[in-house]
Parts: sequence; C-alpha cells; structure tokens
Amino acid sequence: MPLIPFFAMVRKDLQLFFTDRRSVIVSFVVPIAIASFFGSIFSGPSNSNEPAKISIAVVDQDHSAISKAVLAGAGTDKNLRVTTPTEDQARDLVRRGTTTVAVVIPKGFGDAAGNAFFGNGEKPSLTLLHDPSRGMELAMVRGILTQHVMEAVSQEMFGGDQGRQLIDKTLPQVESSSMPADQKRLLVQMLSSVQKYYKEQTPAVAQSPAERRGITMPYTVNEEAMTAGSDIKYNGYAHSFAGMAIQFLLFAMANMGVEMLLERQRGLWKRLRSAPVSKVTLLASKAMSGTILSLLILLVSFGFAMIVFRVRIEGSVLGFLAVSIACALMAATFGLLVAAIGNSPATARGVTTLAVLMMVMLGGAWVPTFVFPAWLQRATMVVPVRWAVDGLDAMTWRGIGLSGALLPFVVLIGFAAAFWTIATARFKWEAA
Amino acid sequence: MGASSDMLTVAHLRKSFGRIVAVDDVSFTLERGQLVGLLGPNGAGKTTTVSLIAGLLPPDNGEVLVGGQRLNGDADPKKRQIGLVPQELALYDELSARANLRFFGALYSLSGAALEKAIASAMELVGLADRLNDRVATYSGGMKRRLNLAASLLHDPDVLLLDEPTVGVDPQSRNAIFENLETLKGRGKALLYTTHYMEEVERLADRIIVMDHGKVIADDTLDGLQSRVATVGGGRATLEAVFLTLTGRSLRD
Repeated sequence: MPLIPFFAMVRKDLQLFFTDRRSVIVSFVVPIAIASFFGSIFSGPSNSNEPAKISIAVVDQDHSAISKAVLAGAGTDKNLRVTTPTEDQARDLVRRGTTTVAVVIPKGFGDAAGNAFFGNGEKPSLTLLHDPSRGMELAMVRGILTQHVMEAVSQEMFGGDQGRQLIDKTLPQVESSSMPADQKRLLVQMLSSVQKYYKEQTPAVAQSPAERRGITMPYTVNEEAMTAGSDIKYNGYAHSFAGMAIQFLLFAMANMGVEMLLERQRGLWKRLRSAPVSKVTLLASKAMSGTILSLLILLVSFGFAMIVFRVRIEGSVLGFLAVSIACALMAATFGLLVAAIGNSPATARGVTTLAVLMMVMLGGAWVPTFVFPAWLQRATMVVPVRWAVDGLDAMTWRGIGLSGALLPFVVLIGFAAAFWTIATARFKWEAA
Repeated sequence: MGASSDMLTVAHLRKSFGRIVAVDDVSFTLERGQLVGLLGPNGAGKTTTVSLIAGLLPPDNGEVLVGGQRLNGDADPKKRQIGLVPQELALYDELSARANLRFFGALYSLSGAALEKAIASAMELVGLADRLNDRVATYSGGMKRRLNLAASLLHDPDVLLLDEPTVGVDPQSRNAIFENLETLKGRGKALLYTTHYMEEVERLADRIIVMDHGKVIADDTLDGLQSRVATVGGGRATLEAVFLTLTGRSLRD
C-alpha cells in the first residue's frame, strides 16, 4: 500500500473534521454534556448515594395516634419527601404532577385499623391519589406505606392507650360471641395475656417510645455495592460517559460514511479514482482516520470524566485501551458500511440515525440492559454497543482486570472485521 | 493504432449499462502537443468515454494505451501519465487551496519540496498564486474552475482529460482557461477536451471527434469537417451545420 496517499487521505479527513466546528461540538462537547447530566442522575459520587426521594402528600383527616405515627414514620423515611396539604390541595398537586402520590387517612382510620387488627372489625381504607404516568413510584409508595402503617398500628395496639381500651372492649365481646368454644378459649387467653401485660407495665415505661414496641421489620439490610473494591464507591459517571461517548462516536462515524457518499456525489471520487490509488487504500485510510477520531472522542470524554467527576480506571489500563481501540475500530468500519450500502446521502443519513439509536438503546448506553426482558437481554448480545459498554464498565467502575477486557475486545474486533468485509464487498467504487 | 508518437490510444472501447450501450466501438488517438475536441450532445457518451480512459470504469471491450502501454488496475503507476479535470468542481470547499493541492498531489505520491514546487507552478499557471492560502469556499465559480484544472496538473501528466471544464464559467475566466490550455499544449501535453460548446472547439481544437449515441461519427480537423458540408454560395459551413448534417439533430437537443 502506497503510504504517501494513505497518510494524505487520513490527514485530509482529520483536517475536514476539525474545520467543521459543528462536527467538533457535536462529537466532543455534546456527549460530555449529556453524559454529565445522566451521570448526575444515576448516582454520581457527589450526592453521597442518597436516593432520589419520591414526593408524597399525606392528608391526615383522622388525627389519631395511629395516623400521627404513620405520618411521623413516613416523614423520617429516606425514600420519601412528605408534605401535608389539604385534600383539595393534594389532588391538585398530583394532577399537576408535582407530587407522585397523595395518601388520604380518613377520619376514624386509627380506631378501625385497631379493631381490624385483633378483631373482626371492618378494615378501613387508605385512599392513594396517584399520577397514572408513574406506576413504578406508586408501587414503591404502597410498599413503604404498608411498613409504616403496620408499625404504627401494632405499636399502638401493643403499647398505646387505644390498644388498652380496645382490649378492654373486645374481651367481653369475644366471651359473649357465638364462635366455636375452642377458638373462643384461645382468643380470650391471648387477649387476657395482653391485658395483663398492660396492667403490669409501669406508666413511665409504657409511655416510653423506646419500649412501645409493636410489629417491626424482622430484619435489617446490609447493602454492599460490588464495585472494584470495598472502599470504592460506584461512580455513575463511568457508565454514562461510556454510553454517551459510544453513541456519539457512532454518530460521527455514520456521518463520515455519509460524507463519503457526498464526496462521490460531488465528483471527488473521480479524482481519487483517476489517481493510482486502490480501493483498499481508500477504505483503509478511511478506517484509520475514523479510528483515530473515534479514539479521540472516547479518550477526551473519559479524560473529562476523570478530571471533573473522578472516574477512574479501576481495572486494567491496558484493557481499557484495548477495548477503546476495538470500539473505535468497530465504529470506523461501521462508517464504511454506511458508505458501502447507502444509496444516497439523504437516505443513508436517515437509516443510519435509526440504526445508531437502536444500537445504543439496545446496547445499554441509555438505560442498563438489566431492565430489559430476559429474551431481549440475550438478543442484545448481537449488538456491538452492548460489548463496548460492558467492556468499558468492566475496566472502569467494576474494576475487573485484563481478563475482563478480552471477550469484549475479541467480539468488537469481530464486528469490525465483519463490517470491513461487507463494506469492501459492497462498496460501489465504480459509481464514481 | 498504437504508433509511437501517440500519447493516448483508444481502441474499440465499448461500455454498456444494462441494455443501454453508452460507448460503442470508440477508437481514436491523441498525439503530443495536440488538443482534440470531443464534441457531442448530452448523453452522446463523452463523459463515459473519458471515465473509461481515466480508469474510473472498466470497459466491456477494447483497451486504452497510455504511452503505448495498457493500464492495469486501480493502482497502476502509469495512471500518473493521465490528469483528469472532472466536470464537477472536485474540491474540498472547507479547506484552503494549498491543503486541497497538497492532498491531490499526495495521491500521486508527491511530497515535500517537490509537492510545494508543483503547487506553486500549477497555481502560477492558472493565475491564483496569490489566493493559495484562502479557503476554496471564498473563491468565485471561475476561480474554482481554474483551481480544478490546477489540481490535475500537479503530477505533470502527459495526457490531460478535460470533461466540460468551462461549465458555468464567465467569459473572462473561460478565456483564462483557454490560455492555460494553450500554454499546456505548447508544453507538449496531449489534451482531450469534451464540450458541447461549438465555439470552444472551433477556437481550441486541432482535431474534432464528433460522438452521438455512443459512437464516433466523425474524426477530423475543423477544415476537414467543414469541407464535408456544401453550403449555398460555396462558403464555409458552420460547425453547427456540420453537426446537424452528421447527426440529424441540433447539439443542444
């Protein structure tokens, strides 16, 4: 391969790229901006792993000890941000979307809940006013609320005034009821034991919040994030910069393919073809310039993330470079594929935009692939972006060594080889 | 065919696209210091003929000899003997004239001082030496046409193929291009000039090849062509009259 024409073509492509300010901004600045935004959403280190709180409103129409305890419990929950508007205000807040769920505790809830807890009383209803577009958050609030209501009701029943009064009232009712004798005997025994427990407690102790124990969660959770090391926190920026950099370098390379078609349309290929330059030299030079640009986009993006967001290569630096180079080569040959199979710049641009968006979406560049159905997670193994993102994640926050880079590297090189083969076979060289 | 004085020999070229025969058994020669006009209406097969000679398309039949030797593949070094001035303005508007010429020169493996000297010489010839560092986007249409010509001269080709090089050019720039071509002819270059402007070939061409429907229907000097047509009163026939007689239709049909 003649080297002077080869390097001249590489240099020319780089010159053209860097003289186009829009391309530079779109390829370097935009991914950094978007990745910074996504990184800040998906638990970057600056927010101390504090989860995003769900905004709920609690309308307490009961003002009983139980409803107050539910409100207090929700107020201290790390997952909730609680306000206490009126019911009309709460409905308006949910309708406007500023509050996800409003909980209406109706008058008489505490008494009814207590009765239902031990006896056969009718279960009271809690009304959840919710935003229908945020079903996932509704499910979370429902679960959290169950915990706080159970704790509040059981606490009151086993240690509060309402519980004492309820036992005193319920015992004669049970004794005079028509339930089967053996069942009645057991229930009377249990309620009598609870009544005895109340009477033997000193008032001070009985009123101590620490001692007023009801049903609580029977376990605690010890969360350990499996990152590169026990002292290393998950850095959401590492994933978001990998995803966004890959997305935009694919866009840049698709654009390079479209530019090739434009060059053909403008007659520039005639000049190239009339020179003693082979098809392979031309395509290889494009692959080289594309790989250099892609690598620059990746490294600049990660460089920014390292300086500003303290993203670190916790795995292997060599592995990171290998995955980056394979990723860049895959993207560059994808650009050649665009040029080879595109009929015209306009149609190629439309089709490749769709193709890139599909690839990055399915490859986990926007949202992690674990949210996909199982069949789709398996299907995304044929998407090169999946391997690129997984490979970069492995080398950054997951902290896996060189072995973690091997498979993504091989697969990405395989994709690059396939794209190159198809591009060289389908390249409409003679259409110039 | 293939005499040693011929710089370009085209022998029995044929090219079809599906059922359409674009070039049909075309043969002619081009000698050193000669400018041959390839004249024909749109769709006559002029551009396809030029593309076949320049190696942009493989012929179905026939051969092209440059300096008596057949071109062999895309990367054949003998392609250095041919310079192509495409009909399109095949330039990168975003780059300076110098960057464009450095790139096009490097395609012929020119580099360093030799490349810079070739750039200076080509730009001097087309009268754009003072605009060398300006972006091509800032050039007028006529200047771009002249730069398009300069880009084809860097490797000092023996044969220059000019595919309608004056399309959309103002009279002043057209004259400048004509002067450039006469200079090149004086330097011994062989020039094949396609056009459908009769006055251009009348002014420039030593010989005129008339093509229609992919075939060469005449290959002669201007005088020779004019002598084929009798005029009322015995005067010289115009080239347009010659063309009408040969093809049965106007050049601009």
